Amino acid sequence: MGEKRKIELDYSQLDSDRMRLNVGPQHPSTHGVLRLEVELDGEIVTDVVPHVGYLHRCFEKHCEKMEYPMVTPYIDRLDYISSMNNEWPFVMGVEKMMGIKVSDKVEYLRVIVSELNRIANHQIAIATFGLDAGAFTPLLWLFRDREMILAILEKLSGGRLLYNYFRVGGMAADVYPTFKEDVLAAIKQARKTNPEILNLLLLNKIFVDRTANVGVLPADVGINYGCTGPMLRGSGVPYDLRKVEPYSIYDRFDFEVQVGKGEVGTVGDCWDRNIVRYREIEQSCNIIEQAINQMPMEGDIKEGFPKKVRPPKGEIYSKAENPKGELGFYIVSEGKNNPERVKCRSTSFVNLSVLPEISKGYMFADLIMILGSIDIVLGEVDR
Amino acid sequence: MEQNFVNMLIGNPWIAALVIVVLPLVFVVIYALIAILGELKIASFVQERLGPMRTGWKGTMQPVAEVVKLLQKEDITPDAADKPLFNLAPFLMFAAAFAGFAVIPFSPYFLPSGIELGLFYVFAISSLGIVGLVMGGWASNNKYSLLGAMRSAAQIVSYEIPAAMAILSVAALSGSLNLNVISDGQSGWFWNWYIFGGPGPWAKIFVIPFTLGLGLIYLISTLAETNRTPFDIPEGESEIVAGYHTEYSGMKFAMFFFAEYANMFIVAAILTLLFFGGWNSPFGDFLNYWWMQPVWFILKAFFWVFLSIWLRWTLPRLRVDQLMYLSWKVLLPWAFICFFAVGLFVMLK
Repeated sequence: MGEKRKIELDYSQLDSDRMRLNVGPQHPSTHGVLRLEVELDGEIVTDVVPHVGYLHRCFEKHCEKMEYPMVTPYIDRLDYISSMNNEWPFVMGVEKMMGIKVSDKVEYLRVIVSELNRIANHQIAIATFGLDAGAFTPLLWLFRDREMILAILEKLSGGRLLYNYFRVGGMAADVYPTFKEDVLAAIKQARKTNPEILNLLLLNKIFVDRTANVGVLPADVGINYGCTGPMLRGSGVPYDLRKVEPYSIYDRFDFEVQVGKGEVGTVGDCWDRNIVRYREIEQSCNIIEQAINQMPMEGDIKEGFPKKVRPPKGEIYSKAENPKGELGFYIVSEGKNNPERVKCRSTSFVNLSVLPEISKGYMFADLIMILGSIDIVLGEVDR
Repeated sequence: MEQNFVNMLIGNPWIAALVIVVLPLVFVVIYALIAILGELKIASFVQERLGPMRTGWKGTMQPVAEVVKLLQKEDITPDAADKPLFNLAPFLMFAAAFAGFAVIPFSPYFLPSGIELGLFYVFAISSLGIVGLVMGGWASNNKYSLLGAMRSAAQIVSYEIPAAMAILSVAALSGSLNLNVISDGQSGWFWNWYIFGGPGPWAKIFVIPFTLGLGLIYLISTLAETNRTPFDIPEGESEIVAGYHTEYSGMKFAMFFFAEYANMFIVAAILTLLFFGGWNSPFGDFLNYWWMQPVWFILKAFFWVFLSIWLRWTLPRLRVDQLMYLSWKVLLPWAFICFFAVGLFVMLK
């Protein structure tokens, strides 16, 4: 609407009282148990300090006491919105240490479930972001579509949110007979709803006014803070592990890395981050469509299972492109049944760290929008 | 024109006065229940879900269940709150909203109070509601409430000015501030409504663009005054939890709720009376009987209530500075231009 977005005040001239406001840990739009200590001058944010740790569950310490297959269920509980994607880097790392090569069918199945989960994650991200802006209806529409994806993943793994589906050397269960039809139907539905969401929410004049030029993350700041995923791609950096360091079989698919172009405002604002997510839904649909047509339906999904999951002595850093960014596991093995040390490089935590940098000087309502556009899950922040 | 049919039915003026007061109150309660159900069902229609289905036939008893639930809730007053103000605020707000009904003519034969300054009165009394709102926000001793109250005070005061411009234009067109007289001036077919320049010769086509603009300006202003989306910033859930009524629970919260719905009806009724023919049938003499006129009036008012519910489930929320921008830099200049044009037309007519 207006040309001046950034409200600049010379604070030395004003003798106003600042108000310290605790946003959270119980607050409708902190996306979990995050506490933000906000300093407000009227409605303008002068300082933000995120306090994390309300959901800390000692994930890394737990891993040291458990055998490798027992770690996967705990990984589900990190970023509980995209559990399938979470399991992949850990399983992949252990497989690399043990020198296991999984069959093509397993690779394709992993790509399909991960991309399905990526769609589900981005749908939630856009929906809750709309909710932060006060738009209720897109939330319900996107949750309706997500239900189809969850139904597929439930039929595959038995769980609706926490799947525990990846295994070292294979998958927990084979596909069910109508798998292909279900996946194609879910893609069709996602593609049908996407333009509706674009018209209803993303191109809405009010929504554009609220998000354009708000929370601008310059590319160099994003790189310095270690941001990844749609957060960094929204700033115009085409960094996608699926493309720059193709793992698994991602080099076989034809898809584009989406970056923010600043169509309605500055490159790297809240709107850009969301349009990247929106377009990645379409790209994921393309990948799934290619994968489901190439996927061999014969073969035993469990043939690559090792007798005992016991990687040799050594260490590995294994990473994959999560919907929220780069998720990495640093695993140290002493040649025992349980890992000596597991360190998780969690995306949400790193992305959240940039919040104070990009939210000063905006209004309080903008702070909520910026936080929503980062798309954090507190399970992953606190671990 | 008879002032009130109740006076004719009941001889005793005191009993008649009581009945006249009670009738709108009964109406507000019934209307609020219908509006809550409408809100739930329209929302669920927009969002492709069923909505409440378990209470009564297709969930029609859901508003009653919710009122009963609120009655049973514990009435919490925070320790740090300013108790007299905290307790007074919701009732002040509801009283202000309800007092507006004193000059709303549901039909030419039912105008509770026949004062000539009806339009002026309803504007003054509905502004009183802000006092209750700020009172509640301040007395709660909660930072979210304070932010919400500050926001809403600024918002409502800003939007009264373009709304007042729109009202003055209609007053100029009709030559009266009595809402019954204003309605009466729009009798006949729908092209006699003031949104279409009021009754008059063909020369009125010059004024139609301006009256249409004024109608739109008034509609937007009423959305802001009743804190409805896209202007629901005072209770912006994602930012300041629930705004000025964060600390309220039980029946006090319900009073805020009732006041909001009563306000919605008041502004919808004013919009109908000023621009859309009031209790007149849109089609000349078609169904324009005395018993049909209140039905037309309520139908028209309900359409505007429906519109505000519809908008709520479609649009996101504006930001505070954008809201002020819209009021002072967009609506106000256009309201002045339209007012000037309408004034010129009335002078030259």
